[in-house]
Amino acid sequence: MPELFMVEAINDGFHVELARDDAVMVMGEDVGRAGGVFRATAGLRERFGANRCVDTPLAEAGILGGAVGLCMAGWRPVCEMQYDAFSYPCLDQLITHVGRYRWRTGGKMEFPLVVRMPYGGGVRAPELHDDSPEAYYVHTPGVKVAIPSTPADAKGLLAAAIRDPDPVVVLEPKLIYRGEKQEVPEGEHIVPLGQARLAREGTEVTLVAYGAMVPVCERAADALAGEASVEVLDIRSLRPLDEDALLASAAKTGRVVVVQEAPRTAGFGAEIAAILAEKAILDLHGPVLRVTGFDVPYPYWKIEDRYMPSVERVVSAARKLLGF
Amino acid sequence: MAKVAPEEHELRRVIDEEREVDGLGPDELLSIYRSVVLLRTYDERSVVYHRQGRIGTYAIFWNHEAMQAGSVHALADEDWIFPSYRESAIGLLRGLPPSTVLHWWRGHPAGWWNPADYRVASICVPIATHVPHAAGLAWGEKLKGNSTVAIAYFGDGATSEGSFHEGANLAAVMQAPLILFCNNNQWAISTPLEAQTHAETLADKAVGYGMPGVRVDGGDVLAVYEATREAVERARTGGGPTFIEAVTYRAAPHATADDPRAYIDLERVEEEKRNECVGRYDAYLRRLGVLDDATAEEIKNEALEAMRQGIAEAEAEPEPDPELVFDNAYVLPPPNLREGWDA
Repeated sequence: MPELFMVEAINDGFHVELARDDAVMVMGEDVGRAGGVFRATAGLRERFGANRCVDTPLAEAGILGGAVGLCMAGWRPVCEMQYDAFSYPCLDQLITHVGRYRWRTGGKMEFPLVVRMPYGGGVRAPELHDDSPEAYYVHTPGVKVAIPSTPADAKGLLAAAIRDPDPVVVLEPKLIYRGEKQEVPEGEHIVPLGQARLAREGTEVTLVAYGAMVPVCERAADALAGEASVEVLDIRSLRPLDEDALLASAAKTGRVVVVQEAPRTAGFGAEIAAILAEKAILDLHGPVLRVTGFDVPYPYWKIEDRYMPSVERVVSAARKLLGF
Repeated sequence: MAKVAPEEHELRRVIDEEREVDGLGPDELLSIYRSVVLLRTYDERSVVYHRQGRIGTYAIFWNHEAMQAGSVHALADEDWIFPSYRESAIGLLRGLPPSTVLHWWRGHPAGWWNPADYRVASICVPIATHVPHAAGLAWGEKLKGNSTVAIAYFGDGATSEGSFHEGANLAAVMQAPLILFCNNNQWAISTPLEAQTHAETLADKAVGYGMPGVRVDGGDVLAVYEATREAVERARTGGGPTFIEAVTYRAAPHATADDPRAYIDLERVEEEKRNECVGRYDAYLRRLGVLDDATAEEIKNEALEAMRQGIAEAEAEPEPDPELVFDNAYVLPPPNLREGWDA
């Protein structure tokens, strides 16, 4: 099995999916000639032609709105939003149409489109290249949301998103795009939506995370070695959510820390905490704790490390919980 | 670069110039007449139904019928229509039952339809956000090698929206076979055109996209037909999109919930009512000898009967099952969708 960076695995997934299905097309800013600013779509234009890997005008609402019409003409468009915070203009289309159109037709039409984007901080980038907007997307009815944390999952979740008959948003953690090469299955590889991944088994405390926070939690588990048995649950799919895996882990350890880099209030971590409060309260030895970003604009990069959830903050939360 | 046609600031007219349109014989002229009368009847009956509490809030399109019917008659059956709420009943011209549109205004899920069945997209309620859909569909059909054309309807206010710009630009860049049909009725609820744009005409915007822009008298169904037919021909033969500005004046409230007396020029409204589009076409056809009292009455009665039947069907529809709340939001719904539904 080849070892690939996450962004290489995504590129591999695109080559496989475009070769498999002639209806799949890629569109976005700089995805064609340049192969994407992170090279996620490299080689697609050369191999599949300019009509299936399309450099669009610089207009995010136009890209996603155009994709709605392309679906009506029988295409399966995959739209790249160049960066997390550049995606905000597309929310207009996502909220008013993408999540509603099938419902509006009484289920007679399908909109099997994908929106994917690099997200998250820690990359020493200018303002608005660092956001974690997953809560906006997962709060929108009618769409599904996935966030991989490993190269193999990035390929497999992208394939699942492309094949899914519903609109799917995939947020890719750019911090670990080229973090660590890992084994990625060759050819067709699917990671079904709605299945969490047990990244590390443990018995005393569960760290729940997704995307770039999964490696942070794994390092926190390492730091706690010899002190506590730590489980790390990689959510992978925010909707549909694998509640069974979440509740099983909570029942086993009785202690849960949720880690997200997005701002704290009404973040996805709050949803996890609410589900645990409703369905697992009698299994818990202490409160569900959150380690998160803060309710401020994402900071300039000279001070971003203090903002981002760190191994130390996760370890500290776990220790606090282990005292219950 | 697309070649921009010469500016056509003068409104194209057929009826007032007592011209005839090439290729339109008596049968076609009467077919267009049936369409404007059907739409007029739908609209006038809907206002009555609203007052009787039989439909909900309704967006009136009185005096917009010529723009809708004239343009639709210039399309082929396989061409796609993207309506705004002002064109809610435009699907009737493609065989959509009146009861379906009445359901829509009654807030009943039976107002859903499959756009592919009629090649009429769902009614777009937010302003201009369907313009990129129409651009995407037209581009997608072109990519598949089909000769299908799309038309998107929107008002003058919509040209201020970012979605209009992004859709128009996308269509132009991709040379998508799209007609951008602007019904410029001078008002966006209470905001007049001069508060909407500083451009001399809305058609001038076409120049910036590298596409032809034309202006027509929106109360002249044949001028609308002729201009749209040219745009369709251009689109179908690879000439890309066209912007059509059809100029009229809103002679009715924005919707049943609106009272325009607070802002509108009432004298101008009265003048427009005296010159409304169905009456103008009716008089033209009579001058040509194509229409007489008996035929006009028969066509009006057909339309009235269609509406009587439509509202009867709509009112006979059983109350919707609340379980429909969950149907159709997803093909493969998440497992926790119904959480909290059952007490």
